[in-house]
Amino acid sequence: MSAIQVERVWKEYGDQIVIEDISFEIERRGFLMLVGPSGCGKTTFLRMLLGEEAPTRGTILIDGKPLAAEPDCDRGVVFQRYSVFPHLTALGNVMLGAELSQALLLGKLFGAKRRAVEEEARALLDQVGLAGAEAKYPAAMSGGMQQRLALAQALMRRPKILLLDEPFGALDPGIRADIQALMQRLWNETDLTVVMVTHDLSEAFRLGTRILAFERSRNRPEERERYGATIAKDIAIWPPRIAGGSKRFNRSGRDDPAKTGASSGRPEVQAS
Amino acid sequence: MRLLNVKPTRGQAVILAALPFALTCAAYLLFSHLRLAENPNDKLLPAVGGMVQMVTDLAFHPDPRTGDYTFWVDTAASLQRLFIALSISTIAALVIGIVMGLLPLAGALLNPYVAVISMAPPLALLPILFIVMGLGETSKITLIVIGTFPLLVRDLALRVSELPREQFLKAQTLGASTWQIALRVVLPQMLPRLVDALRLQLGPAWLFLIAAEAIASDSGLGYRIFLVRRYLAMDIILPYVAWITLLAFLADAALRWLQARAFPWFAVARAS
Repeated sequence: MSAIQVERVWKEYGDQIVIEDISFEIERRGFLMLVGPSGCGKTTFLRMLLGEEAPTRGTILIDGKPLAAEPDCDRGVVFQRYSVFPHLTALGNVMLGAELSQALLLGKLFGAKRRAVEEEARALLDQVGLAGAEAKYPAAMSGGMQQRLALAQALMRRPKILLLDEPFGALDPGIRADIQALMQRLWNETDLTVVMVTHDLSEAFRLGTRILAFERSRNRPEERERYGATIAKDIAIWPPRIAGGSKRFNRSGRDDPAKTGASSGRPEVQAS
Repeated sequence: MRLLNVKPTRGQAVILAALPFALTCAAYLLFSHLRLAENPNDKLLPAVGGMVQMVTDLAFHPDPRTGDYTFWVDTAASLQRLFIALSISTIAALVIGIVMGLLPLAGALLNPYVAVISMAPPLALLPILFIVMGLGETSKITLIVIGTFPLLVRDLALRVSELPREQFLKAQTLGASTWQIALRVVLPQMLPRLVDALRLQLGPAWLFLIAAEAIASDSGLGYRIFLVRRYLAMDIILPYVAWITLLAFLADAALRWLQARAFPWFAVARAS
């Protein structure tokens, strides 16, 4: 069964049609990239997946069930900014998800339960390369570290779907490459379906298993209100990337066309 | 060099800061001396020695009639009223402000109401308070609460609604309930902002305290000032005013210190 099914979804704000009749399915453990020009509704679409906004028409199914009308712990999220809580340390930010699920009244754990959660959180911080920064507050961290923290925080709750809204858009190129490699590793190692909005086409091709390009088919000023964005291109990455599969082909994590039997002549996709 | 680019060194900053204080003292001493030279019985600008003598009498010698140390009894009475009143308005503003800012339903219910009643001038309500509650402590404390609460609560509600939308979404994807979001996300981030708001309300709080004490009381700093005004006792009024100013300044400094100590993340988070 596909992880996410989108059936004839429209989104309108008053007279303004933003998204027009979009249908597609995402397979489980896919890594879907949403690209497109500014204002084409890709972030609006991500908000609908998050449950922050409801489609005007059409349905979105997750594991065959209709999407809840508000955000819940099935869907983790990382935004470009403000994804972590400024009043909590790195460790506190990662522990929060577990604390909220285990302590309904206070949202805070004590004693042995706390130590168990703390251990798990430390391991996760180590996994995203933040060992040693446990006691730091987000304001004292660089942008790249904050996004790593946001990833760890979202993964602590083991969401089925991870939604990323231009998470690496504000980072320096070098740091972005590092965190992209981290993202790919996390996707390979965790049971996750990822939907990511990005402006960066090379990022889209580097990380995704499939790319959806949103575009307004008619964009003349007098048409703009009445025609929303549709899926202009639906590109499956070739050779196919399979989550957790990169190790089978190549320890470096590269998808080598020669080894997967794909036709050569295509440029090799860099994984790092 | 442009004037706006000229910065004081450390030493200069200290001297500049001390200068207005020194000038005020010097001006007082000068004019007091001139007036007393003309008329040794002048009451308007008493000599410093006389004021010290007066305060020493009030602070360290019991009043022959009541046996009380007037200065300390006055101080304790005023501070107690101020403390009780500010505790009430702070706690109430914290709870109601968070509810108003976090829940759209509560905001819709209370925002217009608070906006209207906060415009009622508290001093105009004072006669009503005295009529309804009598001349005791309750009416004085109520006046301070009425005078400080509306601004505190509006400020808090505004600060809650200023929190990035992303934080609320993120918390929901971590599985937080409304109560948990209030407790773990909003409340800790509001406490340092409440300290800011409270610091700004210290001035009005003293104003209402002195006003209430001036009209009907039998102790308190404001009561004493207005009592001895009948005898033109500037040698009591001036030290009392200085003492009130010092107390207010110390309260402000204490709050600032508390904010820096208890919320180490706040200064950096606010700056970024």
